[in-house]
Amino acid sequence: MKLETLLFVSWGFLWAGYFALDGYDFGVGALFELLGRSSVERRLMIGSISPVWNGNEVWLITAGAVTFAAFPRAYATIFSSFYSLLLLLVGALILRGVVFEFRGELKDPRWTGAWDVAFAAGSIVPPFLFGVIFGNVFRGLALGADGFSGSFFAFFNPYSLLTGILFLALFLHHGAQWLSVKTGGALKERAEEAAGRIWYGVLLIGALFAVYTSYATGLYSNYVNHPGWLVVPLAAVAALLFNKYLLLIKNDLAAFLASAAAIVLFVFFALAGLYPSLLPAADGGAGGITIDNAAAGSYALVIAAAALIIFMPLVIAYQLWVYGVFKGRLLEEDVTRDEEAY
Amino acid sequence: MSTLELSRMQFGMTTMFHFIFVPLILGLSVLVAVMETQYVRTGNRLYLKMTKFWGRLFLINFALGVVTGLFLEFQFGMNWSRFSGFAGDVFGAPLAIESLVTFFLESSFIGVWVLGWNRVSRRTHLFAAWMLVLGANLSALWILLANAWMQHPVGMQISQGRVRMVDFLAFFTNPYSWLKFLHTMFAGFVVAAFFVTGISAYHLLKRHSEFFIRSFKMAAIFGLISSFMVFLVGDEHAYEVAQTQPAKLAAMESYWDTRQPADYNLLVIPWPGHNNNLIQTLSLPWGESLLATHSFGGKVTGMNDIPADERPPVIPVFISFRLMVGLGLLFMLLGLAAVYFVRKPRFVRRRWFLWVMLAALPLPYVACELGWVVAEVGRQPWIVYHVLRTAAGVSANVSVSQVLASLIGLGLVYAALASTDVYLLIKLAREGPDEDLARIISPEMLRRPR
Ligand code: HDD
Ligand code: HEM
Ligand code: HEM
Repeated sequence: MKLETLLFVSWGFLWAGYFALDGYDFGVGALFELLGRSSVERRLMIGSISPVWNGNEVWLITAGAVTFAAFPRAYATIFSSFYSLLLLLVGALILRGVVFEFRGELKDPRWTGAWDVAFAAGSIVPPFLFGVIFGNVFRGLALGADGFSGSFFAFFNPYSLLTGILFLALFLHHGAQWLSVKTGGALKERAEEAAGRIWYGVLLIGALFAVYTSYATGLYSNYVNHPGWLVVPLAAVAALLFNKYLLLIKNDLAAFLASAAAIVLFVFFALAGLYPSLLPAADGGAGGITIDNAAAGSYALVIAAAALIIFMPLVIAYQLWVYGVFKGRLLEEDVTRDEEAY
Repeated sequence: MSTLELSRMQFGMTTMFHFIFVPLILGLSVLVAVMETQYVRTGNRLYLKMTKFWGRLFLINFALGVVTGLFLEFQFGMNWSRFSGFAGDVFGAPLAIESLVTFFLESSFIGVWVLGWNRVSRRTHLFAAWMLVLGANLSALWILLANAWMQHPVGMQISQGRVRMVDFLAFFTNPYSWLKFLHTMFAGFVVAAFFVTGISAYHLLKRHSEFFIRSFKMAAIFGLISSFMVFLVGDEHAYEVAQTQPAKLAAMESYWDTRQPADYNLLVIPWPGHNNNLIQTLSLPWGESLLATHSFGGKVTGMNDIPADERPPVIPVFISFRLMVGLGLLFMLLGLAAVYFVRKPRFVRRRWFLWVMLAALPLPYVACELGWVVAEVGRQPWIVYHVLRTAAGVSANVSVSQVLASLIGLGLVYAALASTDVYLLIKLAREGPDEDLARIISPEMLRRPR
């Protein structure tokens, strides 16, 4: 495999990891007001993700930084082209990020109430915007020599809106299952039920997306040329169906893992369709950003690849260790004993 | 205003804002880890209380360090896309390594540190504390490697209008980086030391407290050592700047005519409109030569020998540098006095001194921001020194209204966050430590032998 391709695959891996991990954080936040009926339940919901959310978000930072190191022109063009959307995205992530520290500091209900809204908004907006951005990446943008400089409203086309809704649905589903794995009592039951229902939404929107993609984007052309690659989307569908089965037999941990697998496979399905583009030009026009015209020099690529190969396994190892430390369900006793921590 | 001007304002605002929180992370992580080490070593619960109290302040501050960093990571691509496309070959690698190595470390272990008190052994918990120290300070190292490369580009070639990395080792061993790193790290330690002595002094002014005497002592020693190190490394750093960026040195000193040997003028009032100083007096013979060349007879280039389109603005760089150095001298004096006074138990009755230490709390923050003004404004008009001009690095596909909107939007969000953060810090700092250890650690865990 040539270096550019290796780095493209790693880049996809980082995005897939990011969505499979921060995805459930977003889901928990988005369902916060809906499922958390009492203050203890809400603290349980936050407590279930507070030890890990920051580590999850770093997958995003790393995906961005690896784009920069391996495909500088792609980093430059994508980030400046999506300027306004990224600004909104970061604003929402900033809001969500401070909730964990700020919310519990004062006991005033107006204070917690305000942060509850911030938490929900900061968890609903990013998935949707990620979807809109990726939807536009899949479709392609009207690129000039310096990137995209068209109107803000051009980002909101039916296809990208559908992609936004798909991302949101996937993460709501994922988050509900995380809650059903990590919490107990009435909250767990409510979460389990929610996951069961949201699943139909995911299936429906996913099917629509799969069809619309063939009209709106060129993602399928790689699959026409390499039919073998079809195992990826087929596996994604299989994971989603298996997930429903596991939900029905109430094996919550396995169901959650199947849902994570579905997300990972979905991301790989889309990115394999994109390959070797990173940001195509709209309507197959010229000026698209590909791994070849955006890549750093081979020396720099070796450095980036080496860093990934050396450190990624280490990161995964200690992140797994952290999950081990916090294994098991978070129960009411935990949050009521330690007022400050959750 | 142009996209360029607005982007520069925005970059200055967002990084300076990030750097309100970063230095305390660098230094307070060390102090808290030392406190926890003392607790694990001696079993003395006072140290556990100290760990918990200062650790809580650390966390509130940390949250803002994290969220403000996120935008910075995006900003290079959003506002400086031509710079990113041009220089990413070298500049991207340290950012990627920083993320992979240090952000992951920090963000994973912080969860264990905050919420793991009852889930892991004391030693493992202590290990998490030291991993935080390592993560924080290594992230400073990598980002500063990137920044120092912009100041003094090494290990690269230019081909087809783009930078190409050719020597990672040269990049990694750039002396400019290591001085910058050490200087910044110790500056962060000074910030944390004065933060702890300041808050301790506040409580000692109200009543005698073993807790705050201990905290004060520990921080005073830490502050004394760090303030000397900042000074020593800073002096070496200024020498490095003089070697690599004579224009910046000339601006730092408001030095107009090239001289050999060169005097150092204690009192200077610049007059940039006339390419001269209005007043320059109280001169120390050979002073400038010694500072800039480390020799008595060294030649120091004045601003008038720098091409007009390669000169940074003199006034902000000059004033910031003088103030930073002045503050640095003050911190050494205060550090000496603090360590001298705390030897005797009587020191809590020297109320004037406690007031001084409380008043000094914000000053290291100011010194840090001034230092960045020297470094970054003094590098102008280059974004990569002598390689790419700032004007050529700005995004061409981003409009004035977009940057204006982001500048105002971020400004408002940051102002709201900063005031909330400062409010919480003051509230918690005034409340003092939690006396009820059972709320921190379960009784079983507390009784368990080491
Ligand atoms: C507590 C904070 C603090 C204090 C007391 C000082 N500095 Fe500093 N200084 C910084 C905090 C700082 C900083 C914020 O950390 C900077 C910004 C960029 C950098 O590398 O460190 C900096 C930059 C900086 C630069 C510019 C570096 C560049 O252009 O890249 C020089 C030459 C010095 N310092 C020199 C000094 C000297 C001679 C000091 C004498 C006491 C001093 N600093 C005190
Ligand atoms: C956190 C501490 C930092 C502060 C307070 C700071 C401050 C500033 C300021 C005030 C400017 C505007 C200068 C001007 O336009 O006149 C600036 C510009 C800039 N700095 Fe920094 N900086 C910091 C760290 C960094 C680091 C670590 C990097 C790179 C890794 C960096 C890269 C840049 C870039 C790309 C610009 C924009 C171009 C320019 O105006 O030179 N800065 N910074
Ligand atoms: C302008 C360039 C900079 C960028 C792009 C940047 C980026 C970031 C990001 C993305 C984070 C959040 C990491 C997380 O989520 O855990 C962060 C946090 C942090 N940054 Fe910066 N930063 C910059 C400047 C600096 C400077 C100059 C320093 C120190 C000298 C610094 C030190 C830190 C530290 C200590 C943290 C918190 C600890 C951590 O998460 O590792 N940063 N920064």
